[in-house]
Amino acid sequence: MSYWFRNDNRLPQTRLAIVSYVIVGMIGVLLLGFWKLQVIDSDKYGQMAEQNRVRSIPIIAPRGRMLDRDGRVLVDNRPSFSVLLLRDDPKLVEQYLPAISDGLGISIDDLHDQLQNTRNLPKFQPIVIKPEASSADLDFIESHRSDIPVLEMLSVSRRRYLPNGFLAHATGYVGEASETQIENSNGKLRPGDVVGKFGLERQYNDILMGTDGMRRVIVNSIGKEVDHLTQQDPIPGKQIQLSIDMDLQQVAEQSLGQRPGAVVALDPRTGEVLAMVSRPTPDPNDFAVRISAKEWKQLNEDPLKPLLNRAIQAQLAPGSVFKIVTATAMLQDHEIPESFTTYCPGYGMFFGRQYHCYVYYAKSGPHAHGPTNLHEAILKSCDVFFYTIGMKMGIDRLSFYGDKLGIGHKTGIDLPSEESGLMPSEEWVERVFHRKWYLGEAISVAIGQGAVTTTPVQLARLIGGIASGGVFKQPHMLKDVKDVPEERFALSEHTIGTITEAMYGVVNEPGGTGGRLKLAGIELSGKSGTAQVIGYNKMALVRKGTKFADNAWFVGYAPRRNPEICVAVLVQESGQHGGEAAGPVVRDIVKAYYDKKNGVPAGTVTAEARSTSSVNGTAVVAPAVAIKENAAASVAANPADGNGSEQ
Amino acid sequence: MKDAAQGSRDYDWWLIAILMAICALGVLEIYSATHASGGLEGMHYKQIRWLVFGFAIMFALSRLDYHLILDQAPLLYVICLIALGSVLVLGSSRFGARRWLHLAGQDFQVSELAKLIIIIVLARFFAEVRSDELDLRDVLKAGMLVGVPLVLILKQPDLGTALVLVPMMAVGAFLAGLKWIHAGIFTLAGVLLVGAVFYPPVSKHLLKPYQRERITSFLHPEEDAKGSGYQLLQSKIAVGSGGFWGKGFGNGSQNQLGYIPVRYSDFIMAAWAEEQGFKGVLLALGLYMALLLRLVQNAQRAKDRAGMFLVMGVAAALGFHVLVNVAMVIGAMPVTGIPLPLMSYGGSATLFVFMAIGLVMNVRLRRFVN
Repeated sequence: MSYWFRNDNRLPQTRLAIVSYVIVGMIGVLLLGFWKLQVIDSDKYGQMAEQNRVRSIPIIAPRGRMLDRDGRVLVDNRPSFSVLLLRDDPKLVEQYLPAISDGLGISIDDLHDQLQNTRNLPKFQPIVIKPEASSADLDFIESHRSDIPVLEMLSVSRRRYLPNGFLAHATGYVGEASETQIENSNGKLRPGDVVGKFGLERQYNDILMGTDGMRRVIVNSIGKEVDHLTQQDPIPGKQIQLSIDMDLQQVAEQSLGQRPGAVVALDPRTGEVLAMVSRPTPDPNDFAVRISAKEWKQLNEDPLKPLLNRAIQAQLAPGSVFKIVTATAMLQDHEIPESFTTYCPGYGMFFGRQYHCYVYYAKSGPHAHGPTNLHEAILKSCDVFFYTIGMKMGIDRLSFYGDKLGIGHKTGIDLPSEESGLMPSEEWVERVFHRKWYLGEAISVAIGQGAVTTTPVQLARLIGGIASGGVFKQPHMLKDVKDVPEERFALSEHTIGTITEAMYGVVNEPGGTGGRLKLAGIELSGKSGTAQVIGYNKMALVRKGTKFADNAWFVGYAPRRNPEICVAVLVQESGQHGGEAAGPVVRDIVKAYYDKKNGVPAGTVTAEARSTSSVNGTAVVAPAVAIKENAAASVAANPADGNGSEQ
Repeated sequence: MKDAAQGSRDYDWWLIAILMAICALGVLEIYSATHASGGLEGMHYKQIRWLVFGFAIMFALSRLDYHLILDQAPLLYVICLIALGSVLVLGSSRFGARRWLHLAGQDFQVSELAKLIIIIVLARFFAEVRSDELDLRDVLKAGMLVGVPLVLILKQPDLGTALVLVPMMAVGAFLAGLKWIHAGIFTLAGVLLVGAVFYPPVSKHLLKPYQRERITSFLHPEEDAKGSGYQLLQSKIAVGSGGFWGKGFGNGSQNQLGYIPVRYSDFIMAAWAEEQGFKGVLLALGLYMALLLRLVQNAQRAKDRAGMFLVMGVAAALGFHVLVNVAMVIGAMPVTGIPLPLMSYGGSATLFVFMAIGLVMNVRLRRFVN
């Protein structure tokens, strides 16, 4: 036995007792800590545990489709995947950004921007960082589920539009809701939600957009779904049936070709729009997903303004089409006898200034109209006759009738951002320019120049309404709408008869400006217009250098009274007269309308109408098949404009 | 000398009962935490194997007279230093630290053995102090005895285990008759040191980067994403969401979905608290209190000072483990990597506890000897 512990049995009992108390105290303090967490703050931690394990994943409701008047699909959806970033833990997000940037091919700056833009939203809401995930992206997310726990895939349906901008301006396009839209939606919209931005998509967004569903799932600590709690099914958006006739639309698209301009075809009896084209056009499929700020800027700043729906937004001088308004004013007012005749030597002298008739510049034939009455003046579009009428009537009467016939007013078509055009008046000049009306201005206005501007849809409504006896149905895009608003302007039977007779003559009488448009068996009537882009004065200032070609108009309809179809066509800066550049488009559409009505197979018609063109007619108008690439391919394959037969 | 141990009647059956109860809680919670997650199933069986092995070693150690062990203290001390040294040179590295020595097909954490040896060495040292009061020279000597292995363990680095040596030394010195004035001075120094550790301008000279990070994330858990601040937060959420009654066995979402870090080992108390609630915590901490008090009682009835120091060294080590681990689970202390004795899964740590309790039983069995 060693020496060092022998008989050493003095134990420090007091200090041992102290140690016991310390032990009891220590356990007591620990229990207090548990009491605080488990009893006092239990609810708070309970919620945090719940937030940990439960994740809400939206199920996107598909948008309603758009059908044409025969039920063919114009706008559909296709399945796609979006990549979601879960932002519950900002530090975690920050940590994985480089890996995400690498894996998904999104620049770090872009990701930072997106996070910055959504910083005000609740953290538990995931954001869409890549709207159109490729299969490689999906593989990346799937294989990094455990080491990048902040990514999630979201199955969505994307808009699919017909290719090559078919009906693009009317259908419009969708995009992610802007911050303003989200704020104004009373919580209905969330970031990343897709809403209509333009056209019908925007107009009928509430109908087309469904209500998203929600899936609540349990996830483990590495973000893997382990169980499923509840599912609230999405309510799909409702489909809408447009009044658009896909066959006519096809003809209209092709016939206008790639020339800048617009086409509006409507049924004046109901106001239903049968076709609507605007050129140039973007492909809305490009922004069905997400468009970069740069591309967007480019589109917006493109001098050709491809985003503008010229059919309802182009406000341009109507040119000679306006002579129908002047003629209506003359006939209704009775101050100038109907038998009134002018002599047109190619120009007229008013207030000591020479106003030329367009015929003065004619490339061939006589440079004067000679003696001209109202019928001949409309037929041949004699400017001197209408200069005289304008001067005699004055701006007050002209603007009264222009106003009554709808110039300067929106037609009320169910598309956003419609423009109203302008019907100048003394009051307007005083209000805007703070000056007196120059009497000479009425002379220009009478032939649709000067300050008067109209939109294509306005002219289609105006001409169609006059031919329908002064009943102006509000143009609209949906089929079978009940109680279409209409405006009536009491025109005498004599006025209507005289004007429709003259417009019939424009196409069907010798010397009419639309003489080449004659269609066998169809009472195609109409009025051409060739409008200068800028006034004579301005042109003199900038003449050197720039060439300003005229805008060509033709508004045609059939039959000659109470028409079934009225088509307004604008071809911008074509350098040709309205009857030459715009007229054939009207003729193609009216022809196609009657062929369809009479059961003549499409295609042959267009071939006949294009007898002088080299295009193989049978292939020109393929039967339009909804959402098939080949439908539009046939458009692309036949870039020939509808003016093959003009010369 | 002949073995003077008495029959089985003299074993501390209460202590064994408490021990087994705590082990049972541990096995239950290890089962709950691991049975449903891939790759970890069957862990509770492994733990049971360690426990059986531990009980065997405990009884074996209790038969060997502790005076014989104390006799060999200098030799054990040298072995301890050699082992700690060799682990730094030869040890296998895991999670950036050299702590394991590969022996007989098993990886052993040498510092666990070191703890046991330091308990023995300190008991021998303090028992040799003849007076009732401990003078400063003795304190310094004890400090050096502990200091060398402490620095070696810090080198691994294993701050948690190194820190355990401090209360063993403190309790020993206190019971050996440390003057109150000295006790006060050392306490003050300790407080200052802890303060320095938490004060960045000073701590950057004292601590390794990962240790400073843990301190930072403890003080500012929200600044630490997936690191130890996140771990502490998840642990607190588990404990808090358990409430008074708990979510039920196998029903803790924090536990079952893996939000609690190493839920079967260092954070097993969080898993237990989530599923069993405050009532379960009361039971578990009650058992630990009973264990510690039972150890003190054994010390009070020891035959001699050496036995008392042995028992109290064990009590100090276990008490410190419980305090630091449980305080970490409720977010009151930084993450140190100290397991909860007998409940946390682990071979070396479990064996250490059983060997230590074996020493305690040894002392008890010999309390009536001449």
